[in-house]
Amino acid sequence: MPQLTRRSFLAAMGATSLTAALAACGGGDSGAATQPASQADIDKAMTTPTELTFWTWVPDIEDEVALFTKKYPAIKVKVVNAGQGTPHYTKLRTALQAGSGAPDVVQIEFQYIPTFTVIDALLDLRPYGAATLKDEFVDWTWAQISGQNGEIWAIPQDTGPMGMLYRQDIFDQHGITVPSTWDEFAAAARTLHAADPNVYLTNFAANQAAAWHGLMWQAGAKPYVSTSKSDITIDVDGEVTRKLAKYWGGLAAEGVIGVETDFTDAWYTALNNGKYATWLTAAWGPVFLSGSAKATAGKWRAAPLPQWDSAKPSSGNWGGSTSAVIRSTKNPIAAARFAQFLNSDAESAKMFATKQFLYPPTTALLRDPSFVDQPLDFYGGQTVNKVFAEIGDTVNLDFQWPPFLDQVVTDFTETVGKSLTDRTDTVAALGQWQSRLTTFAKNQGFTVR
Amino acid sequence: MRTSRGAAGPLFVAPFLVLFALLFLAPLGYAAYLSLFQHKLIGGTVFVGLDNYVKAVADPQFLHGVLRVAAFFVLQVPVMLLLALLFALALDSGLTRLAKVVRLGIFVPYAVPSVIAALMWGYLYGPDYGPFAQLGRFFDVPVPRFLGDSWILGSIANIVTWEFVGYNMIILYAALRAIPKELYEAAAVDGAGAWRIAWSVKLPALRPALLLTLLFSVIGSFQLFNEPKLLHDLVPTVIDTAYTANFYAYSLAFTGQQVNYAATVSFLLGLVIVIVSYAVMLTANRRRAS
Repeated sequence: MPQLTRRSFLAAMGATSLTAALAACGGGDSGAATQPASQADIDKAMTTPTELTFWTWVPDIEDEVALFTKKYPAIKVKVVNAGQGTPHYTKLRTALQAGSGAPDVVQIEFQYIPTFTVIDALLDLRPYGAATLKDEFVDWTWAQISGQNGEIWAIPQDTGPMGMLYRQDIFDQHGITVPSTWDEFAAAARTLHAADPNVYLTNFAANQAAAWHGLMWQAGAKPYVSTSKSDITIDVDGEVTRKLAKYWGGLAAEGVIGVETDFTDAWYTALNNGKYATWLTAAWGPVFLSGSAKATAGKWRAAPLPQWDSAKPSSGNWGGSTSAVIRSTKNPIAAARFAQFLNSDAESAKMFATKQFLYPPTTALLRDPSFVDQPLDFYGGQTVNKVFAEIGDTVNLDFQWPPFLDQVVTDFTETVGKSLTDRTDTVAALGQWQSRLTTFAKNQGFTVR
Repeated sequence: MRTSRGAAGPLFVAPFLVLFALLFLAPLGYAAYLSLFQHKLIGGTVFVGLDNYVKAVADPQFLHGVLRVAAFFVLQVPVMLLLALLFALALDSGLTRLAKVVRLGIFVPYAVPSVIAALMWGYLYGPDYGPFAQLGRFFDVPVPRFLGDSWILGSIANIVTWEFVGYNMIILYAALRAIPKELYEAAAVDGAGAWRIAWSVKLPALRPALLLTLLFSVIGSFQLFNEPKLLHDLVPTVIDTAYTANFYAYSLAFTGQQVNYAATVSFLLGLVIVIVSYAVMLTANRRRAS
């Protein structure tokens, strides 16, 4: 522990003095340096020999980076894979706190943006021409990367609007029609499990806070609302979320759905063995599944999520990521232009969709027939991308993430998740989650409304 | 000659002292220093004196973590040391065939990194596709849910025992080999059989080695981290992030970004270990004196 704490401490001290310095300057923290870069500045920066460091976990992203360096030969980009998920963010935070070793550009998931803006880690991209890209991206993805004062904290790279993948063969075998509402889904869960006790309609992973947030998002909940950096309204235990908790807690308690941890060996085996007839997942799920459940090729199909109100179809997002620029970069112009190019250049964006199979956030690709009309054999030739493109249009615009995501995720698993595996009262668990988060936020100095 | 000899001593000790100060004392002092502050996402770092300690001694998550590792110690260590002792005595008796193979076989798990061991056992314990569960289904025998709430501590204890029996056995075996053969001969002349020799000659001679293994086990148990951390990934609702005191400190630092409080908890855990170790030594020494 001592070695680990040492760095963080230095950083904490560094951060404090930085805050103090900023305060002394009398400038607000956002917008303080938002003099727009002139075209001359940009041209100069893009032709000056520069090396950028880019932390990302996307495999073979060197191909897209090469498109950038071909256009801007003066700029070298060093691609570093610092891990994916928690290890990546832990390393990033350590480097930020140490005050050296942080990258210029970084891969960051939508849900983590507020966690890093609250510690002033990200650079507002508005002065570098990012605002002109707004119309190229799907509205809700742009809303996700926008700050409270209109800052542009990152450029979307890929998304995960949520849908449902289901086993056509299992549905046929038991005479189940594709559920279009959550009521039908619950009825199908009971029917299927009664017909075959070894099969469940779905697995609601008790550890998967991201899926829960996607479903809260679909249902129209607004669990976290901040109007400034230091205030937050936490409402994970509201009317809408209680409806969700009653629904999923009920199905779990009845034992008609699985609640096992996802992305484990047992879970992969279960998907291959046909233990679960659906996977409620995101737009990146179809390609992922085709690599992970090879034994079931051709048996899956895609559909939108079941709905709470079929007159107003909606969905939420699970996953997807962005490119952000670290505020401490010495080359803000080059870094910002790189982040923009990578995700908005037509060729680069298309390469992400066709080589890495990232689900695109750009409206051009989502209307591109060569992308949306592509039949996928794993799904019996269904044009799965089109299904998700249509779902993407129904994602609510105004879902916000909390500025302390790690804590939210851990506390979710230990309260709501635990109630699902223990088959106890999930609605009561929401209350525990709410109170844990409120206590944490207050201890961290937030004004909790 | 005399002066150079005087200088040689400190010089020989210096490399150790420098490393000890740099790698042990400095971080320790730093952690102690850290534990006197509080850092907030909104508001920055402030000096809070002993507030963190006051909070920690009444923190139910910390206390539960400490109690759990104490229970683990009581449950696991006697089993492990008894097995290690039996294996060491059996090997030393010379009656076991293939002694070298057996010795190596028992020791090998210690050479397996605990990360790998936990992953492997995590698979073996699996409720659906783990081999135990599959065998149970095949023979229609109920198999306990090793990764469920009521079995998990025992399952972790089993992993740790599997890992460390060999290590402790080697320490005890080495101590047994160091016992002078004359003692056995004298005992045999006095008419003692193998059991009597084991009980009256070998065991008393093993006392210091046993105490050593016991102290290692105190420290190991109270710092329990790897196994619960890795099994947490499989069953996060059974093993929470405050399952052991060490895991709690880790979660505080990396999930909650409460580095200062994590330092406090680590420090208090260190204190608990010192106290328990001291108590164990005191008890052992008193017994020897009486």
